[in-house]
Order: sequence, then C-alpha cells, then structure tokens
Amino acid sequence: MAALPDKHETVTLDTFLRGLWQENPVFVMLLGMCPTLAVTNSAINALAMGLASTFVLVMSNSLVSMMRNFIPKQVRIATYIIIIATFVTMVDYAIQAISLDLYNALGAFIQLIVVNCMILGRAEAYASKQRLGATIINGLGIGAGFTFALLCLGVVREVLGAGTLFGFVLFGENFQPWVIMILPPGGFFVLGAWLLIFNWFRDRREQAERDLAEVQNER
Amino acid sequence: MNADSVTFIFLNAAIVNNFVLAMFLGICPFLGVSAKRETAWSMGLAVIFVMLVSSISAYGINWILQTLNIEYLRLICYIAVIASAVQLVEMTLKKFSPALFRALGIFLPLITTNCAILGVALFQTSREYNFVQSVSFSLGAGVGFTIALMLMAGLRQQLELAKVPSISQGAAMTLMLAGLLSLAFMGFAGLGASHG
Repeated sequence: MAALPDKHETVTLDTFLRGLWQENPVFVMLLGMCPTLAVTNSAINALAMGLASTFVLVMSNSLVSMMRNFIPKQVRIATYIIIIATFVTMVDYAIQAISLDLYNALGAFIQLIVVNCMILGRAEAYASKQRLGATIINGLGIGAGFTFALLCLGVVREVLGAGTLFGFVLFGENFQPWVIMILPPGGFFVLGAWLLIFNWFRDRREQAERDLAEVQNER
Repeated sequence: MNADSVTFIFLNAAIVNNFVLAMFLGICPFLGVSAKRETAWSMGLAVIFVMLVSSISAYGINWILQTLNIEYLRLICYIAVIASAVQLVEMTLKKFSPALFRALGIFLPLITTNCAILGVALFQTSREYNFVQSVSFSLGAGVGFTIALMLMAGLRQQLELAKVPSISQGAAMTLMLAGLLSLAFMGFAGLGASHG
C-alpha cells in the first residue's frame, strides 16, 4: 500500500485514479478475494457485484467519515461493521426487488459483502481519518477499480467457459466451451494469469527505470 | 445416502463442497496464513471453534428473530454475534492458555472478517437445518477449511525449494496452486448433492 497521508488530503484527480490502478484493491492489494473469485463466472454477475460493493463502500465510508470524531477508538471496528451491515441489508433487499434472477445467481454473496475486507480496510485506513469529500472521491475510485478487476475476470471466464459475453453468443455452433473456466478452478487460474500479466508489466517498468538511472550515471 | 442425514451434511461441507476450494469462502486467510504448516494448523483450530460457537448462537438468534418477525435484522445480528464470539474466544484463551493465545496472535481478531464463518451462519439459515444438522454442518465446514489450509501450506513449503520465474513468485503462484487443488477436489463432485 502506498503511504497514506496523515493529514487531510486535498482532493485531486489522483485521489480517484489511485484506486483504479496503483492501489487497485484486487490486483495490487489482494483484498476482497472471495466475491472476486466466486461471482465472476459471467460478466453480468461481475458487474452487478462490483456496483453493489461500490455502493456499500461509498455510503458506509461516507458515514464513517462524518462520524469519525464521535466514534470511540475502542469500539471502532464493531461500529464500522454495524454501519456496513446496515447498507448491505439495504442493497440485499434492493437487488431482490429489482431482479430476482440476479439475486438468485449471486446467492449469499450479496450478504457476504459485509465481510469484504476491502470495505472494512478502507474505513479503517482512509475514511476514519479523512474529510467527507476526499472519502467519497477515493471510495468511488476504489469501487471503480474493484468493478474493473471483477469485469476483467468475468469477461475472460464467460467468453472462454460459455462462449458468450453479457449473454450474447459470440462464436458459431462449432465452439466447444471450456467449461472448467466457469467452474471454481477457472476462477483461481484466471486471477493467477491476470496477476502474472500485472507482475510482468511491473517488472518491465522497474527494469526500464534501472536502465535509465544507469545511463544517467554514466554521463 | 439420505441428503438430510448428519454424516452426509458433514462430508458434504468438508470434502464434496469444500468451503474454500469449491465455494470460495475464506479465501483471504487461505492465501494469507498458508505459508507455514504450524500457523495453518492453529488457524484451522481457531476457525473450527469460532464456527461452532457462532453457528450455535446463529441458530438461537434466528429462532428469536422469527418469533418476533423481524428477519430483516438477521445480517446485523449475525455479524455482531460473530464479532462477540471472536472476542470471547480471545479473552478465554488469554486467561486459560496464554501460550496458544500468543501463537495465534493477529489471526484471532481477523477471524471476524472470515467470510466462511458468516457463510456457515447464512447457509444453515437458508437451508433450514435443524440444530443437530447445523452443528454438523459447521463442524464439517471448519474441518474442510483446515484440510484445504493444511494441503496448501504443505505445497507452499515444498515450493520454497523450487525455482520459479520472478514474475510468478508470491500470490500468482499461490493462486495457480489453489486452482490445481480445486481441480483435484472437483473429482469428489459426483459424490454429493449440490445445494448452491
């Protein structure tokens, strides 16, 4: 995790963008793994899960930020969890009312947003120290990064495992779906592959920086 | 075998629908605490115990909520009970077995955010298990979690001696290993009924 500011952060574009890339909750910080792996067997499930988590993240962190001066230090974790659970209950009933199919597909994982360590982690590390504005922008960034990561997995798994994308058939009749990809092992493999790609990019960038430093030293 | 029998529920939760490898619950500790066999073993024991306590309390709470007709408070109550159960375990251990308390260290409070625990409470409610079934379900889930954690820890200790490319070190390699383990556990899939 990058060094978090101790003082109140002034809102810049970086407050939002950091969550998408440098501090991406899934690919960089490895938080919120359970929903990441469990509901990404299709792109639409991944999108719904990402949006639901983003809503809970932004709302609960805003409330934590507003109440940061009233919450006693000793019971702060319990308070955060109760706040998060309240918003999750709201999302749970909202999804049940909007689309029962989606509700059944996501199953218990909507309620399990409560124990998504990404949300509690942000509440403890960021929202409990920062002003409301910065918390909302940062929460939106982290949520967008989480949704992006879920979509990365969901799209790959659905295309390979079912031959469809958001329910539309992509290939002809002769396509033989790679069923293992939408089963549990596929989740581990695809996330592992994405991490390999991210590590490869990071290694290349570090190598380029080292080379540049060497050239400058020789001058 | 009868799908409601206690043995079936136990085996189903422990092996056939393993909580970690087939249902993706408790992945965070699975990836985080599986580096050494000793810590994996203590973590597994702590999880089994907390699961049992919270499953029993969740059964009682669900009964109260149903009598009062306020089921929408279920999630909030469950998470509060789990947090207190973890606190209780922590205090008991500190008082009666300081050695074990020190060995578990930071892992004890982290059990609160282990989704396998809340998962057990939610699943036993949605599947309408009775008391005995709930207990055997939570024990099975805990044993399954421990099995997965121990297998992973053993593999990772062997892996330390192997030479792997630098980009695949750490989490990427662990996830690939977990994928292979999960593939192996799919071989049990025909044995049980899937509840989803």
